Amino acid sequence: MAKELIKGNTAVAEAALRAGLEAYFGYPITPQTELLEHLSGRMPELGRPFVQAESELGAINMVYGAACTGKRVMTSSSSPGVSLMMEGLSYIAGTEVPAVFVDVVRGGPGLGNIAPAQGDYNQIVHGGGHGDYHVIVLAPASVQEAVDLTGLAFDLAEEYRAIVCIMLDGSLGQMMEPAEIPPMQPLKTEIPDWAVRGTNGGEKRVLTSINLDPPAQEKMNYRLMTRWQTIEANEVRYKGYYLDDADFVVVGFGTAGRISLSAVRAAREKGIKVGLLRPITLAPFPKEILDELTGKVEGFLVVEMNAGQMLEDVRLEVRGRVPVEFFGRMGGVVPFPDEVLAEIERLVEGPLTTDGHPRDRWLARMADTLG
Amino acid sequence: MVMTEIPTKVIYERPEAFDPRVTHYCPGCTHGVAHRLVAEVLGEMGEIGNTIGVASVGCSVFSYNYFNIDFVEAAHGRAPAMATGIKRVLPERMVFTYQGDGDLASIGMGEIVGAASRGELLTVIFINNATYGMTGGQMAPTTLPGQVTSSSPTGRDVSRQGHPIQTAELLSTLAGSAYVVRRSLHNAREVRRAKKAIRTAFEVQKHGLGFSLVELLSTCPTNWGMSPVEARDWVEERMLTYYPLGDYKVSPSVAELKV
Amino acid sequence: MQQEVIIAGFGGQGVLFAGQLLAYAGMDAGKEVTWIPSYGPEMRGGTANCTVVISDEEIGSPFVQNPTAVLAMNLPSLDKYETLVKKGGVLVVNASMVNRTVNREDITVVNIPANDIAESIGSKRAVNMVMLGALLGNADILSLEDLEKALEGHLPERHKKLLPANLEALHQGAAYKVDEGVMS
Repeated sequence: MAKELIKGNTAVAEAALRAGLEAYFGYPITPQTELLEHLSGRMPELGRPFVQAESELGAINMVYGAACTGKRVMTSSSSPGVSLMMEGLSYIAGTEVPAVFVDVVRGGPGLGNIAPAQGDYNQIVHGGGHGDYHVIVLAPASVQEAVDLTGLAFDLAEEYRAIVCIMLDGSLGQMMEPAEIPPMQPLKTEIPDWAVRGTNGGEKRVLTSINLDPPAQEKMNYRLMTRWQTIEANEVRYKGYYLDDADFVVVGFGTAGRISLSAVRAAREKGIKVGLLRPITLAPFPKEILDELTGKVEGFLVVEMNAGQMLEDVRLEVRGRVPVEFFGRMGGVVPFPDEVLAEIERLVEGPLTTDGHPRDRWLARMADTLG
Repeated sequence: MVMTEIPTKVIYERPEAFDPRVTHYCPGCTHGVAHRLVAEVLGEMGEIGNTIGVASVGCSVFSYNYFNIDFVEAAHGRAPAMATGIKRVLPERMVFTYQGDGDLASIGMGEIVGAASRGELLTVIFINNATYGMTGGQMAPTTLPGQVTSSSPTGRDVSRQGHPIQTAELLSTLAGSAYVVRRSLHNAREVRRAKKAIRTAFEVQKHGLGFSLVELLSTCPTNWGMSPVEARDWVEERMLTYYPLGDYKVSPSVAELKV
Repeated sequence: MQQEVIIAGFGGQGVLFAGQLLAYAGMDAGKEVTWIPSYGPEMRGGTANCTVVISDEEIGSPFVQNPTAVLAMNLPSLDKYETLVKKGGVLVVNASMVNRTVNREDITVVNIPANDIAESIGSKRAVNMVMLGALLGNADILSLEDLEKALEGHLPERHKKLLPANLEALHQGAAYKVDEGVMS
């Protein structure tokens, strides 16, 4: 297969379709709309259901229903729409049916804007919907990676009967890059035991998230949590750049990660021994490699397009053993590599501290421009 | 004495699709009647093993316990969306939602209008008892003007609390609706009529004619503070005025259908 | 080796397609490329722009603050990007749409009357190709052949009849050398 120059949104849509997507339910929202538009043409061509729902609430509950039949189904949206979907996601988690959704994150809070951002990290990684559940969160940094992770998303969802989120930011959705999309896969033929299909004279199946008996519900929670431990043990993915001899390490995901890569390269040209850790799975979070790096480096710089949401997960793992600094841009503003380079140079220059909170220091530094 | 065998004929039995367990519904509540009608119709149509039900949130949240049918449980108000998802990927199956008035006409108004306007091939059994039963009798979107509930203690004041929603009339205006009718469960004659309407609604789905909904006026003696008999009379005297029984939408293709 | 090109102008001047064409050419030449339209921090009312990065290695940031080359199709774009071009970089200015001279002396400036050239070819809409040609003729980014092939391969089917005019526009632009200030 030859590479084609393709937009992130379109590429994910086509990759999902070729991975055997059997039904898509969505609602238009920028900067995700090309994904829905692409499937609005392609799905009917293949005789597969495409429904533009009445709302994101409708869309996620259509996914919920279709997922209960054991088919490969997905929806996609952007931040405000994903906020609306949180209800359905909690129900899907509570029913333990596999589902995939794409969040093309934009600037917030509120209506915000349509510019690229990473402010949904907490909403997706640390819940959003009610109750104890985890979503597997995949954060690609290029169109090709988004394509590759789309196929993986369905496999993981089915293997663990879990929800998988492919979290892009607006720029990754809008950007064109060469990518190779895998060939068309046949639709899944086997139906999982638990899926509803009509009894056909046999035992009936009921899929529900209700469990009025607290001890039974607690057991269900325990099952979800221990399953998550398995996911944490097996499914961590990240990419490291220049880590072998690094004195300092930048941690960033998605677009913030690749912007940081440019800064890291520029710093290397200046002789600074800095590396980049780019988490690909935000959940499960790459804890082990962070722990390992903590023992080797003088400090971390976390770079995000938000006010330091992944930062807290990094700090939990570093546990004050070495300094962690933060640089972020918010509300749809994207950092330039030069800004990240300046932060790297600031780290190298020191002095650094493990006291206080890096967000407070960052906010103080931003006071001149944003205060 | 010689025992002579008296010939017997079964004239009443539990429908095959109906689970033998005792329901959690209050005495005098017509949910059980509505369940039974659905079970009878699906049995008579030979569709029990080919049907997937979607339960909703409200008193009927456990309706899936009472049918020998594959079932899923929706979030509050979202049953039509969930049913859409199922029906679109399993178009050969019969899919129905069973929803109360708070679920369908308040929190789920977007989902029901969306499903009806798309002409989804679903059957909706809609229970209108003019109150939120499960949470203890608060004002519902269907609560009548002046009706006392636990959240309209001096009676529903339409100038402050708005007017009751006439669901069948509302949904009948949508082009995707093929069959939208209102029936009642307050006496035997109306129950028989309700059953016929439910049969027609499922036939509409089976023949791919469009969206179908049967609104059923129902009793809630517990939350209305009445005896079952008083409740039955209240439906007749009060509810029928605001919610007239009738066929609000029968598309031409449905009219031709022989049930 | 990495080249970063920002193409900016009014909506309707073919800014986004010119960028895509450059990206296609880079991709077909075996390079890593990114194309990103006016978006987020770069969004300005009424103008369109896109950033194309062409590189020999995995591309980091698709956003560039100081590009190695800028195509300014109109005056607002010149005003916005003149100071941002990387030292030693190239600034191609559509002289037909700009009524002032460029102040920078540490970059290569190509003033080309792209509208006039496009009109002389009989294809007003080929301004973007004239500008793109001028970039390739004056900067070592990709060869003219790479662009020709991309144009032939990726011009939308409904515009195929415009191919000859677009190729001609590309050539006339490329022939416009900065040192001479006139067409060679």
